Amino acid sequence: MTALLERETASDPAQQPGRGGLTGPLLKVALLGLVAGLAVWAAFPLVAERAWPGLAVLAVATAGLFYLYLTPRHVPLKYLVPGTLFLIVFQLFPVLYTAATAFTNFSDGHRGDKQDAVVAIQTASVTRVPGSAEYALTVATTGDPATGPLTFLVTDPGTRTVSAGTAAGLEQLPSGGVSVNAAGRVTAAEGYTVLNGGQASARSREITDLAVPTAGGAIRSQGLSRAYEGKAGRAYDAGCDCIRDTTSGKTWTADEEAGAFVAADGERLAQGWRVGVGLSNFGRLVTDSAVSGPFARTLVWNLFFAVASTGGTFVLGLACALALHSPRMRGRGIYRMLLVLPYAMPSFAMLLVWRDMFNTDFGLINNLFGLDVDWFGGAASARIAVILVQLWLGYPYMFLVATGALQAIPPELSEASRLDGASPWQSLERVTLPLLMVALTPLLISSFAFNFNNFNAIYLTTDGAPFPVDNPANGATDLLITYTYRLAFGGSGAQYGFAAAVSVFIFVIVAVISAVSFRRTRRQEEVYA
Amino acid sequence: MRIRTPGVVLAVAALALTAGCSSGGDDPQNSTSATPAGATGKLVIWGDDKRAAALKPFADKFGQENGVTVEVQAISKDQQTTFVTASQQGSGPDVMVGAHDWIGNLVQNGAIDPVQLTAEQQQGLAPNALKAVTFNGQVYGVPYATENLALIRNTKLAPEAPATIEDLVKNGKKLKADKKASEILCLQVGQNGDAYHAYPLFTSAGGYLFGTDASGAYDKNDLGVGKPESIAAFAKIRALGEKGDGALKRSITVENSIATFTSGKCAYLVSGPWAVTDAKKAKIAYDISPVPGFAGGKPAQPFLGVQSFYVAAKGKNKALAQEFVTNYVTTPELAVALYQAEPRPPVLTAAFDQVKGTDPDLAKFVDAGKNAVPLPAIPEMATVWDPFGKAESAVIGGADPKAALTAAAKTISGQIKQ
Repeated sequence: MTALLERETASDPAQQPGRGGLTGPLLKVALLGLVAGLAVWAAFPLVAERAWPGLAVLAVATAGLFYLYLTPRHVPLKYLVPGTLFLIVFQLFPVLYTAATAFTNFSDGHRGDKQDAVVAIQTASVTRVPGSAEYALTVATTGDPATGPLTFLVTDPGTRTVSAGTAAGLEQLPSGGVSVNAAGRVTAAEGYTVLNGGQASARSREITDLAVPTAGGAIRSQGLSRAYEGKAGRAYDAGCDCIRDTTSGKTWTADEEAGAFVAADGERLAQGWRVGVGLSNFGRLVTDSAVSGPFARTLVWNLFFAVASTGGTFVLGLACALALHSPRMRGRGIYRMLLVLPYAMPSFAMLLVWRDMFNTDFGLINNLFGLDVDWFGGAASARIAVILVQLWLGYPYMFLVATGALQAIPPELSEASRLDGASPWQSLERVTLPLLMVALTPLLISSFAFNFNNFNAIYLTTDGAPFPVDNPANGATDLLITYTYRLAFGGSGAQYGFAAAVSVFIFVIVAVISAVSFRRTRRQEEVYA
Repeated sequence: MRIRTPGVVLAVAALALTAGCSSGGDDPQNSTSATPAGATGKLVIWGDDKRAAALKPFADKFGQENGVTVEVQAISKDQQTTFVTASQQGSGPDVMVGAHDWIGNLVQNGAIDPVQLTAEQQQGLAPNALKAVTFNGQVYGVPYATENLALIRNTKLAPEAPATIEDLVKNGKKLKADKKASEILCLQVGQNGDAYHAYPLFTSAGGYLFGTDASGAYDKNDLGVGKPESIAAFAKIRALGEKGDGALKRSITVENSIATFTSGKCAYLVSGPWAVTDAKKAKIAYDISPVPGFAGGKPAQPFLGVQSFYVAAKGKNKALAQEFVTNYVTTPELAVALYQAEPRPPVLTAAFDQVKGTDPDLAKFVDAGKNAVPLPAIPEMATVWDPFGKAESAVIGGADPKAALTAAAKTISGQIKQ
């Protein structure tokens, strides 16, 4: 915008900056302001998380943007940078992140870092000391309510004596200076400021962290009005890098390769952490026979599914387009409208409708045709069913693009071929189709890539069914992407690392196929264009 | 020079804007330290849509009493995954409302903390619900409502509650022959099976999922799937399936099972309290009884699901969250309000006594759940659902029980070892 403005100004020095001339700078101020605002908004969580590298990237990117749009130079960059940034953020980053995840054991039980695991293990092991008292708790301080040192004023329910607890220990208060309400909570105490709910909750973390040491363990808060005497059953020992059970003495040593604390007898604590596992996720795809065999079978079916859905819809769509392209056809408008109808429906809902239509006992298809086909129960029938659904959902799109491409081909060409004595079929095969393919091949490739990962088509209809009796992991209609989804988020707990490895694999397959196809298209263009 | 000037103006303007933005961002924090006595604490509660709506007034009341703001947010889908992921990123809630069988997974991901209830508070709760939220000897959530499967029958078609599955099938077949119904039994199976709904039949026929250790907790090392008892149980289920009596069918799915019952096409439905609303809406004359077992078999044990309040381990306001969950949720008023949002038996005995008089179905569901076993909350249970369901669906379709269950057991134990 600025570049245009500047060039205009430069080419016509006599022009006065009028109202139209102000729009550009104003827009620029607004946009750069937006950039600055976004940067500030993004900076706060980064600072809170102490993510300094991220903050540095943010600062450099923002400064770069400001420099770029405030200087009159680097005009081509002004156009390229926004797109490039979005490409990095929305395309490159997710791909790199997925690839990086594929080399870790990121999964349920291995989500956070080691510190998180240690904290979780220690917190989970705190139990009430058997037979200990339940105290009514009042949070107080000896100084300013917001910053002063915290004290737990705990009332023993039996004797109603009040003690003051700090990190140093518990000390009984003289009963004279303390007033206690019916629930046993302290309302006022000499020398202490009692915190109200709001003040106390503002210091929530300090309150949960405060443990008043006692002979049997420590007095901890349970909420803001109760305290109990608890004892941590397990503690982390930095010396041996292990977790030790304080009563049984059993130790679980940190295993940095597995990302878990493991005992000598092989017992593993549930709370683990995330570690790099190298190529083992990829290795599992190849070496684990429970995965690799079905994986290869799924890959074959996946390729077939993508080819059949793309090819089937293309042939049907093209046939309809050719039929309606003929000038002798009557009522073309109405036909075109009817053909596009499936395309106008949300595929999400239509897939669910189709699923119910294929139901053996209640489905429309069996009832209408008087069939008794167990559609999703047999591998072949389920595959036919999902491809039929794809055909119905996908051909209007192909019809639309084919109609558009047909109208772009000059009718003189086919007329000329007819004059040369070619049959309509020959004219289609030799003249129209090649020209059509130049325009349509890129669309077919992208359609192939889309269908290769057509998650909804399978997930919403068969969900992979039918599954072989001896393998509940991949079904006859599973695509790699639905299989991956089941691994990552399915019933058996999240396995993000492994699922990322499969995703990388899918990415490579789609990228290779697309690259090869596009290269072939270019050659085609060189021949016909 | 003329070109430069706008640039400088722009730079200044942009800086001003930046400054404006950043000071805007700082403002709330400044104000917090400026007014120490104000409502500074904030409690964030997540629940599903229905519960969030019911919680709102009570959350506000709690907020007023404690001088804090309480935010109730409805999470409409995948609550457990959303919660774990958000906790990990530090954007999770302070209190989470959810099913008790999440506990194992939430604990292994360090997402929730144990809660310490007083002996008095524990006595006020139904014992089986309290047992359900106990994991590794610790209570991890405050339970408030239970749910379990029961047999709901159309009293017009089937006036008597069947004593056994065989009776049910006999009567169902008769109704089908007389063209009064088109299906014998509406028990959802679907293409990929449904372990939850199959469980009462599975236990009645003698099968089990996990053995229990000396303390009564589930033992992940004793997997019942694939054991001879479970295979024998699946043989009985197969006899009810498509190649046998035709009482269990893969074509009856989660989507159509309740609808088929409410349209009067089958006399019997195995479902939970959530189906009653639909039956009432359809004006079906219905009655509720326990899910019958096989003749001569063990009693049919449905799963007991318990809805609970959890304290998020990574919440920003844990003390307040503990206060809410342990000292406020245990009051009957809240339990009754949650019951009114969705009619499931309250765990709090005092609340249950309050509502049971007005809702006869409630007592019947509790009665049907007398034998119920808490859904295993161990993380290993997550590996069971899918393979078990698929084995069920295969067997109902006529597959060999031994082959199906052996494969399921292999898949499950393979996943447990990792």
